[in-house]
Amino acid sequence: MDVVLLSRLQFAAATMFHFLFVPFTLGLSILVAYMETRYVKTGDETYLRMTKFWGKLFLINFALGVVTGITLEFQFGTNWSRYSAYVGDVFGSLLAIEATVAFSLESILLGVWIFGWKKLSKKAHAGVMWLVAFGSTLSAVWILIANAWMQSPVGFAIRDGRAELVDFAAILFQNHAIFKFLHTVSAAYVLSAFFVMGVSAYHLLKKQNVDFFARSFKIALGFGTIFSFIVVITGDINGVIVAEKQPTKLAAMESLWDTTTRAPVYLFALPDEDNEKNKIEIGALPGMLSFLVHHDINAEVRGLKEFPKDERPPVLITSFAFKGMVGLGFYFIFATVLGWWKRNRLVDSSKYLKLMLLSIPLPYVACELGWIVSEVGRQPWIVYGLMKTSDAVSPVATSQVLTTLIAFIMVYGLLGVTGFYLIAKNAKKGPEPAVN
Amino acid sequence: MVLQTIWFFLWGLLWALFFMTDGFDFGVGTLYPFLGKSDQDKRIMINSLGPLWDGNEVWLITAGGVTFAAFPTVYAVMFSSLYSALMLILFALILRGVSFEFRGKVDDPRWRKIWDTCIFIGSFLPALLFGVAFANIFKGLPIDHNGIYHGTLFTLLNPYGLLGGVLFVMLFLVHGALWLAIKTQGDLHHRAASVANKLWPVLLGVAVIFLIASKFSTRLYDNYLAHPAFFIVILITVFALFGIKYFMVKETFFKAWFASALTIVGATFYGVIGLYPDMFPSTIDSQFSLTAHNASSSPLTLKIMLIVVIIFIPVVIGYQVWAYTLFKGKVTKEDLAYEEAY
Repeated sequence: MDVVLLSRLQFAAATMFHFLFVPFTLGLSILVAYMETRYVKTGDETYLRMTKFWGKLFLINFALGVVTGITLEFQFGTNWSRYSAYVGDVFGSLLAIEATVAFSLESILLGVWIFGWKKLSKKAHAGVMWLVAFGSTLSAVWILIANAWMQSPVGFAIRDGRAELVDFAAILFQNHAIFKFLHTVSAAYVLSAFFVMGVSAYHLLKKQNVDFFARSFKIALGFGTIFSFIVVITGDINGVIVAEKQPTKLAAMESLWDTTTRAPVYLFALPDEDNEKNKIEIGALPGMLSFLVHHDINAEVRGLKEFPKDERPPVLITSFAFKGMVGLGFYFIFATVLGWWKRNRLVDSSKYLKLMLLSIPLPYVACELGWIVSEVGRQPWIVYGLMKTSDAVSPVATSQVLTTLIAFIMVYGLLGVTGFYLIAKNAKKGPEPAVN
Repeated sequence: MVLQTIWFFLWGLLWALFFMTDGFDFGVGTLYPFLGKSDQDKRIMINSLGPLWDGNEVWLITAGGVTFAAFPTVYAVMFSSLYSALMLILFALILRGVSFEFRGKVDDPRWRKIWDTCIFIGSFLPALLFGVAFANIFKGLPIDHNGIYHGTLFTLLNPYGLLGGVLFVMLFLVHGALWLAIKTQGDLHHRAASVANKLWPVLLGVAVIFLIASKFSTRLYDNYLAHPAFFIVILITVFALFGIKYFMVKETFFKAWFASALTIVGATFYGVIGLYPDMFPSTIDSQFSLTAHNASSSPLTLKIMLIVVIIFIPVVIGYQVWAYTLFKGKVTKEDLAYEEAY
């Protein structure tokens, strides 16, 4: 294996592992802040116990999110030095602003929140959690602006053999950045909502702490329902943006080989990349793709054959990941809407509770699939249309990258197992009993 | 260009802030197996860092991010050249961070033992390797005209590099021991104070050797000889170093810790001033050296980033100082009974 492939695997391992923890942090910080605010406003001790119980799970997860994020900040330099030198003028500032403006806020204030229960007034303590939540969402803003720039580079000029910044606002406010942010953050909120609903379902099935978990469930249900819809709506808008900015990605997502009007969406298609066609096509919805991306069933959509072979992304992975993500997205709407039906008789709805318990991993899968669509679908480019991934890699020895790849897999594997074991252990244990 | 010079020193300042703040975390973590005789001692030690270590580590992210933003070529060449060393540091930091969180979550001595070991490795290794890395940057590395590094991890482990590693470890050990002397009481406090007292002459010795060795292994003094006014930085640093001893003897440990913080900042700036305008000197040919002038971002990026840091670095320092004052005072047994404690 060469340095490019090993570095890609390493970056994929590091980012995908990091993203097992990020969405939970993004969403749960808001839910915990909300619970604590309810406690401050109503004085109801149950809300305090909720804050502490969900807060504890939040903290274990947060630790893993932070430590795995630190490596990413440096991996652009260690493994993608040619990329860093070529686009650092634009891309580096976005990461640096994330660190200075957002990450510092959440990290410093989280320490205050954990240890500050007795040092701060109730109001101030809850306020600190809102700031942590704000900091983590702000963090996502900058990281996703940076990623959006890799998908659709704007606001730069090539000077002295590198990409230099010319229009900062164009980078910050391009549609790609805005909708990528909304889509990713909504997905994160859905993930945390499903986690809270799933863990609550576990306890409700056992009829433990019924009031506590029924209330937790309902808070998460409201949150989860809203963002299940938003994630699908913003996903649809993202499809339109991708069609315009990244036609190869769109064609790969839908495994569309030939440029055609009335382009269909296939419910299932098995692409055959060597022969440039689909081996199996099931359930074609004619004109659907044209309608989705151009709002006109007769519009033309460009197929993969229109692009040179060495500028096409891997079709099988991209299209499968995309279909899986979309399917799960609709499932989340279904599961949350069903929840509104059942919300006042949760304890008696054991089938629904079981469903929700088993659904905990699904948003995790959906989030990872989303990143696969985004990043594998961008290939062979590291910055779409500007720089190829194969030109971006560091001039380091294969053995170094291989060694660290193995180390990543081992260390992250062990940490992942330990982290999820601790989260599961504490989740099963349930909250501390009420004082009176 | 003025902007590049400002950024060069800001870059130095951010690394100095990182060493000053996370430095005592590294020190405490390295002293951890030696000073933590009982589980209670150990818990007091990590809880003395509890609310603060994560915020301290922010400066590493900021320093790394700013290197990327302001000097992308340095970021690219430095981190790919120091590949193995940096990866070791990162893995060590991962272990340290999760250890604090995981250690108390399962009530089993074997479980705690695992994370105790990780806390030590995760603190000692970065302290040593940051020193090795920076000493090698002072000295220069075999970088060719394409910014390709002709060496391995072992190239870094030369005598001067290792001396830099030992210097950093000693600086952080004293810094950490003083922190413990401030934050603990009773027997642990006395042991921490005694360790600081015993380590101080060693630190002094290593510092003197390092200052002399720098004359032979680096070109750091060229800038000082050209502009003798800069010797004041070395003078202040040495003064601060003796200040540690002075305040230790008087048992005013907070002042001693402050002197130690100043020593660390001074030591970083000692190197940064000597280095200017080099950021990553080449030992193959000084023409291949990366400097503040040939490796920086465009003026527009430097300006935007300057506005960002001028506004936000004081804000970050502001809430960090607030966090430090909120958690001032000694960590006691009662604090350990607190359910969120590590």
